[in-house]
Amino acid sequence: MSRGFTSQMARNIFYGGTLFFVLLFAALIFDSEQRIPKRSNAGELTPAVVRGKHIWETRNCIGCHTLLGEGAYFAPELGNVYKRRGPDFIKAWIKSQPTGAPGRRQMPNFQLNDQQLDDLVEFLRWTNGIDNEKWPPNIEG
Amino acid sequence: MKPTTLKYQSQAVSKLYFIGALALFVGQIVFGITLGLQYLIGDLMFPAIPFNIARMVHTNLLIVWLLMGFMGSAYFLVPEEAETELYSPLLAKILFWVFLAAGALTILGYLLVPYATLAEMTGNNLLATMGREFLEQPLPTKLGIVVVALAFLFNISMTVLKGRKTAITLVLLMGLWGLAVMFLFSFVNPSNLVRDKMYWWFVVHLWVEGTWELILGALLAFVLIKTTGVDREVIDKWLYLIVTMALVTGILGTGHHFFFIGMPGYWLWVGSVFSAFEPIPFFMMTLFAFNMVQRRKREHPNQAALLWAVGCAVMGFLGAGVWGFLHTLSPVNYYTHGSQITAAHGHLAFYGAYVLVVIAMISYAMPILRGREANPRRAQSVEMWSFWIMTIGMGVMVLALTGAGILQVWLQRMPTEGAMGFMATQDQLRFFYWLRMVGGVMFLLGLLTYLSSFFVGPGRAEDEVPAGALPRAA
Repeated sequence: MSRGFTSQMARNIFYGGTLFFVLLFAALIFDSEQRIPKRSNAGELTPAVVRGKHIWETRNCIGCHTLLGEGAYFAPELGNVYKRRGPDFIKAWIKSQPTGAPGRRQMPNFQLNDQQLDDLVEFLRWTNGIDNEKWPPNIEG
Repeated sequence: MKPTTLKYQSQAVSKLYFIGALALFVGQIVFGITLGLQYLIGDLMFPAIPFNIARMVHTNLLIVWLLMGFMGSAYFLVPEEAETELYSPLLAKILFWVFLAAGALTILGYLLVPYATLAEMTGNNLLATMGREFLEQPLPTKLGIVVVALAFLFNISMTVLKGRKTAITLVLLMGLWGLAVMFLFSFVNPSNLVRDKMYWWFVVHLWVEGTWELILGALLAFVLIKTTGVDREVIDKWLYLIVTMALVTGILGTGHHFFFIGMPGYWLWVGSVFSAFEPIPFFMMTLFAFNMVQRRKREHPNQAALLWAVGCAVMGFLGAGVWGFLHTLSPVNYYTHGSQITAAHGHLAFYGAYVLVVIAMISYAMPILRGREANPRRAQSVEMWSFWIMTIGMGVMVLALTGAGILQVWLQRMPTEGAMGFMATQDQLRFFYWLRMVGGVMFLLGLLTYLSSFFVGPGRAEDEVPAGALPRAA
């Protein structure tokens, strides 16, 4: 820090730098917003998918699972579970919880009815179709 | 308490916040240990406290106690920096109890009511905001946070407006206002998951890798000014340059969360390049802390506070900087995304940067709030022990989780064919999960040691230094 460099100058660099990057970020987000519909097949975002997302949220699934790699790391990734297991397996699995196997991780039973199970599977099917740069590296997630 | 020893009497409200914060901290760690055990004994506490509930309590308590610590720090720091009494100490006290009650009710709600019922009871069908990681709070809690934050900011801003304006209060205020503004995105929950996740990061990333770094910088600068007596002009320059680098790298660094959630491919480049520079502000903080200690103009009797402050700079650099850089480049993150590597980074970064800065503030302020310049040497020695026990405990945990993460990536992510499934991989990680428990228990012991230091009196032939007995740096 040389003698000529004052704290006012440092403050101005802070304001200028921050403003510049805030604006740049806003521009990139604006551009991303335009591209998201295509990358996420927004046309297929049916009411069933929306209802399924609501089930996903109100059962706090993210508290154990990851979805597109985000969430807790206690239970398997579900962004690609539709491809890994298929719709029937998913529904049967949810219905049969908890397994009660001693010492094993347990998933609660959420008492979902058939309609709710279908909606949830629809949400997972739609999520599976998002263009997310080919993540995860393999089917195991 | 002898309020006469405080520079400004209204600073006394921060004591309430510090005690509340530390109590919630203990709760956070107890639930953390439960979670660590559930990784090993899968059905532990099931179905009374399933993993997702315990995790919600663990992470929400962390956020609430850190916010409480930030608020307490602001109530202590701002009157002293602004050289005037707090605008309304009464408002500060009321807000504490409102915040604590809202927090406690929320945690009880998580523990006692099924989450779906809680959502229904609290109006989640009107405006769905729940069930997203870290933002699980029911709608009334989220609204309560906004009200408390606004009233708090009003109180603090009015104090600054009527008093002296320093670089520290300016940066602190910008950090706190930014924190409150970004939280408003927690009410944005588009039905398109990609957009949902994008706005979710506006809260999560732009808190911990944006606005919170301003708060961190300001608190660290305050503790360093007070304990080293270095000129303000020097410290101000450092502070501005650090927060400049934090935002210049951190804002576009948000892109490192946009790699694999459906955002356009250019974020792979933007996120990788800018987040690769995110360690720089943390490295500068380390240089800053050591530099100020070297140029110190006084031997402050509270050496424990200085240890926490320097520890914060170093551990923040390791946790947020080094452990963040490890997996921030998109070709690496492609394999590590959502693995135990992320957990390792999250733990060390939060501890190094935010837990330690709040404790540094508490360690500096609490003796003064209790009517003495510094704690007795015996108590400080217990405090310093607790720093090392906690830090080494955290180190063991983070190395264990890093080991678990590397093995997990190797078994589950790297093979293109015949990769091991998630649960089969988890079985292979048990050694590391046990090791993590060793670190976790050690951390809890360190924390209890820290709390015990509050009750250690002076040794024989040791006189207490009353507050104000030494010339305090302006």
